[in-house]
Amino acid sequence: MIPQPAPVSPILGKLSLDALPLHEPIVVATFCGVALGGIGLVAALTYFKLWGYLWKNWFTSVDHKKIGIMYMILGLVMFLRGFADALMMRLQQALAFNGSEGYLNAHHFDQVFTAHGVIMIFFVAMPFVTGLMNYIVPLQIGARDVSFPFLNNFSFWMTTGGAVLVMASLFVGEFAQTGWLAYPPLSGILYSPGVGVDYYLWALQVAGVGTTLSGINLIVTILKLRAPGMTLMKMPVFTWTSLCTNVLIVASFPVLTAVLALLGLDRYAHTNFFTNDFGGSAMMYVNLIWIWGHPEVYILILPLFGVFSEVTSTFSGKKLFGYSSMVYATIVITILSYLVWLHHFFTMGSGASVNSFFGITTMVISIPTGAKIFNWLFTMYRGRIRFELPMMWTVAFMLTFAIGGMTGVMLAIPPADFVLHNSLFLIAHFHNVIIGGVLFGLFAAINFWWPKAFGFKLNVFWGKVSFWCWVPGFWLAFLPLYIMGLMGVTRRMRVFDDPSLQIFFVVAALGAALIAAGIGAMLVQFAVSIWKREELKDVTGDPWNGRTLEWATSSPPPEYNFAFTPVIHDLDAWYDMKSRGCERPLTGFKDIHMPSNTGAGVILAGISTLIGFALIWHIWWLVGLSFVALIGGAIFHTFNYNRDFDIPAETVAETEAARTRQLAAGA
Amino acid sequence: MSTTTLPATDEPVRFFDFDEHPHPEGYSTMLGFWIYLMSDCLIFAILFACYAVLGGNFAGGPGPKDLFDLPLVALNTAMLLFSSITYGFAMLGMAKGNKTQVLVWLAITLVFGGCFLGIELYEFSELIHEGAGPWRSAFLSSFFTLVGTHGLHVTFGSIWLITLMVQVSRFGLTAANQRRLACLSLFWHFLDVIWIGVFTFVYLMGMLR
Amino acid sequence: MPRSRPLSARLRALLTLPAFALLCGCDMVVLNPAGDVARQQGDLVIVSTLLMLLIIIPVMALVVLFAWRYRESNKEAHYEPDWDHSTGLELVIWSAPLLIIICLGAITWVSTHLLDPYRPLARTGPNQPVAANVKPLEVQVVALDWKWLFIYPEQGIATVNEMAAPVGRPIRFRISASSVMNSFYIPALAGQIYAMPAMETPLNAVFDKTGVFQGFSANYSGHGFSKMRFKAHSVDQAGFDAWVAEARKAGGNLDRAAYLQLERPSEGDPVRRFAAVETGLFDRVTNLCVQPGKMCMHQMMALDAEGGMGKAGLHNVRHVEDKTSATGTHMHGGKSFVGEICADKMDVAVRAQPKPVRQAPLAGAGLKQPSGAPTPTAPSVASETRPRPLS
Repeated sequence: MIPQPAPVSPILGKLSLDALPLHEPIVVATFCGVALGGIGLVAALTYFKLWGYLWKNWFTSVDHKKIGIMYMILGLVMFLRGFADALMMRLQQALAFNGSEGYLNAHHFDQVFTAHGVIMIFFVAMPFVTGLMNYIVPLQIGARDVSFPFLNNFSFWMTTGGAVLVMASLFVGEFAQTGWLAYPPLSGILYSPGVGVDYYLWALQVAGVGTTLSGINLIVTILKLRAPGMTLMKMPVFTWTSLCTNVLIVASFPVLTAVLALLGLDRYAHTNFFTNDFGGSAMMYVNLIWIWGHPEVYILILPLFGVFSEVTSTFSGKKLFGYSSMVYATIVITILSYLVWLHHFFTMGSGASVNSFFGITTMVISIPTGAKIFNWLFTMYRGRIRFELPMMWTVAFMLTFAIGGMTGVMLAIPPADFVLHNSLFLIAHFHNVIIGGVLFGLFAAINFWWPKAFGFKLNVFWGKVSFWCWVPGFWLAFLPLYIMGLMGVTRRMRVFDDPSLQIFFVVAALGAALIAAGIGAMLVQFAVSIWKREELKDVTGDPWNGRTLEWATSSPPPEYNFAFTPVIHDLDAWYDMKSRGCERPLTGFKDIHMPSNTGAGVILAGISTLIGFALIWHIWWLVGLSFVALIGGAIFHTFNYNRDFDIPAETVAETEAARTRQLAAGA
Repeated sequence: MSTTTLPATDEPVRFFDFDEHPHPEGYSTMLGFWIYLMSDCLIFAILFACYAVLGGNFAGGPGPKDLFDLPLVALNTAMLLFSSITYGFAMLGMAKGNKTQVLVWLAITLVFGGCFLGIELYEFSELIHEGAGPWRSAFLSSFFTLVGTHGLHVTFGSIWLITLMVQVSRFGLTAANQRRLACLSLFWHFLDVIWIGVFTFVYLMGMLR
Repeated sequence: MPRSRPLSARLRALLTLPAFALLCGCDMVVLNPAGDVARQQGDLVIVSTLLMLLIIIPVMALVVLFAWRYRESNKEAHYEPDWDHSTGLELVIWSAPLLIIICLGAITWVSTHLLDPYRPLARTGPNQPVAANVKPLEVQVVALDWKWLFIYPEQGIATVNEMAAPVGRPIRFRISASSVMNSFYIPALAGQIYAMPAMETPLNAVFDKTGVFQGFSANYSGHGFSKMRFKAHSVDQAGFDAWVAEARKAGGNLDRAAYLQLERPSEGDPVRRFAAVETGLFDRVTNLCVQPGKMCMHQMMALDAEGGMGKAGLHNVRHVEDKTSATGTHMHGGKSFVGEICADKMDVAVRAQPKPVRQAPLAGAGLKQPSGAPTPTAPSVASETRPRPLS
């Protein structure tokens, strides 16, 4: 099934009509669906004359709030794609018994599980987390925007560019068939001669630039732009976890960039970093990629730990229990996450002492994590818990994540890992922590901050439907995997011998279907809420009786976030302001200095994506041309010295007056 | 953290900064750029680590002693070190507000940087010509990649330098241009530090091995 | 852990029977294996679960309890909005997990050393130490695209996609791969270990029940991965002899040429048997020099340790045109390799090659060597940088 390499033409490189997967009916049907949907969308945008609006107000926007929302939309779209891959896998594994090959051949199935992993981590979880931090952090620290607003826009479009390349691989050529970390030698040119791994490499490189830059941006924002009075130990916990996450991003994504660049050199320039012959070492790749890979896990989960802290405290109507131990726990996790990478490959044979060291450091991480769970628990203790949707997700998280943490520690014991490594038990474990931790946290966050972003709450009924599909659906889908792991069933299998396993896969597929219903209900929830937004309207800007600064401004916040920068006296700044009867200033507004929108980010990221595409297909003239264009464009952009403007005091006064009227009407 | 309300005082607590001044332009740039450099430093750390792991794998081919031309590399190192000094003079000129001095020293820096790149390219082309290209062994792969990545950085630094020369000559030593000069200064010295690592660990220790 | 055996047996009865067996009525081979090593590993899974449940169950119960008790509608519950600190409680919430992790850490350290797959077995079951004169059965395993090759040097036979071993006799696997990474795993026998090209990873294990068990690759290795399965027969000595005799009857000689044929990618291969195997074939496989004219890894490493071959070595590269390679247009497309320089000498080298450092077996929680002499720093005996290419 390996497609024969097309001859390399000087004009189109390896690209030819053969690259279109016309022999795969599933892909063709998907393409037709996507194309029809795309044409419909473009037609609708054109008909309603929305292109100008989108370009001016969204695509070129440097407003952290709009960029945050765009990240969330990107994450949602890619989530649907990644989940479609999951459904395909579940279906294939439920069918491929008793000599049946299922409905996916190896070439297709191997792409599906690779794409599922890559998309879910890089283009779902990362955009969701980055989008959330982008939106919330500046508001929580009382800033007007991030430190480098243009860079923020550029980062977003680079991430999108990576996603575009992954999506392009579905219809033009193929994606990698190597698993989501592309271990060599399998991912080397000798064993993966097609363009799949190249798509993988360039999609991640393009997106990785965006992630690193956005990490730098948010670190600097948090360190430099906090409102007066907000010392480090008065920062909201979500901001703390965001800070640690971004430190992890900046300190780990360069490793990914470097190791993927080396793999790329092996493939393109025939170097010998990870080859079998000529002195290369594939084991070095495995080490390096996990030196990035393990911190990545904490990059994903830490901000959600912050979300759970905010949600628990808000909905329990209490201060967060053990704020400082929460902060120290976060910092300890940040540091320890660099000392555990080897637990992903105990079975590579590092020796007993090395394995025990990494096993024990891994277990040690569970101590601060456990402390966090206790802190949330004791925040609930003697509270008045309102079971709104965010709190429901938080309780579901605490119950689910406890199990995921437990199975994680089991896998940290090297001899136990020898029997469970790469098994479905491992799959169940990391879905348990990623779905139960990251996704549940995102759902809590979306339900919590949606009113802040859009000015109306989300529909509760459909939210509950989604919740009650997701949580049992998760257990139905992954409990069979835990059991099968103990039965010695390994991951990434396309066909099975043992007919007694089928029932488990069928149950897991039913669980996936239930999750699908949960996702559907969530989409309905969004639609219904938008439809009935007047009924769900939040005029106060503080629908949950919140505690941190983002609730001090209107919903949605004005472009400048705060007419006057708040002064912080207490950890729960907004709660402190409310309880001491702080009055909203109504006069004395000044001009507010803000960054201007620019299209440079879209253009430069677009050119970078083009370079990636040209490199994938070996279209060298296009590589050269677009590279020159990229450098030229970047230089041209630096000649623009006028990047800011002032919002006149009158405009600020008008906006604030409108809010005053709204507050009065709501009261 | 356990106090919700501060003891009441006569003076009302101020909750808003009524006469705030916007952060000066580029308020966070140096910190941001410094963090970027650290992330870049990590990439070099990985490349150094690869060299440390693979540097002895000659695959039955030549090793450092057979290939490196130490006097040439010493000359190259001198070029880069001089370029750092001359960049320093450019920064001194900037502190004095002397635009011409800045431009002259930047031009000299560029010449040194160009010489460095030229010598490096000559070294690479000689090696490749002999058949000791990056594909021959893991040692050569990691050598070319480490040194080449540094060279690539110097190349981009030079392009940036030219851009800044144009901008300084056209718009003068404005605050924005001063900030950019300071960033490039950090970048340029950073590359110097990396090169000292390369020179020591790759070339000198390679000859000793 | 001789004394812990009845305890863990009881634990298993306690936990596996009601919780799992009744739940699914399935064959939990990981918890109920047929080998002493796998059994100890399965016990660890159970013991660690129980230890952690000590804290997980109370936490989960408290979550539910607090969520119920402090719900908004329950106005009778205490409400203390400003209570956010308690030093005593903080001590408990940090130290309770710490204590459990200390226990688990100790278990980890001891069990990781005791069950180190590189270490020769000290026992074949509880209270069944291995006698000093017992020589383990050596089985050389090569992961090919996409099938398994087993070479039995003692018996002089080889098989594809089927292996057998006498029950109760320690087995010493020497594992390698021809092209990409795989993982050699027979869940009923012992935990897995990666099979990697140019590497040798050992695995020591023993069957303690007869039967036919599943073996497979547990690390994705390409399109044929799903069907890379084999049967592992645990048989008595007579059965093993019969199995060997069957292979001898099959005829065929696995020499270098036959190996190169066999190595080519194929999926779902039937069981094959070879009556004879070329001497030193496995060493050539791990040294990546089955192909005629190719320099062996160990020789290359020896040369490199001497500083390489200088510029003269630059041109000692041979090319094979390989139609499966997409890089025909590139400077160094296709497969290329470093040529051998002195064939005779090298064969001697292959045969005379020293075995990698082996460790003495360990027994008991104190990590003592079975001779009784306490090793002062037993753990440091392990480690080194393994796996190592043979050299």
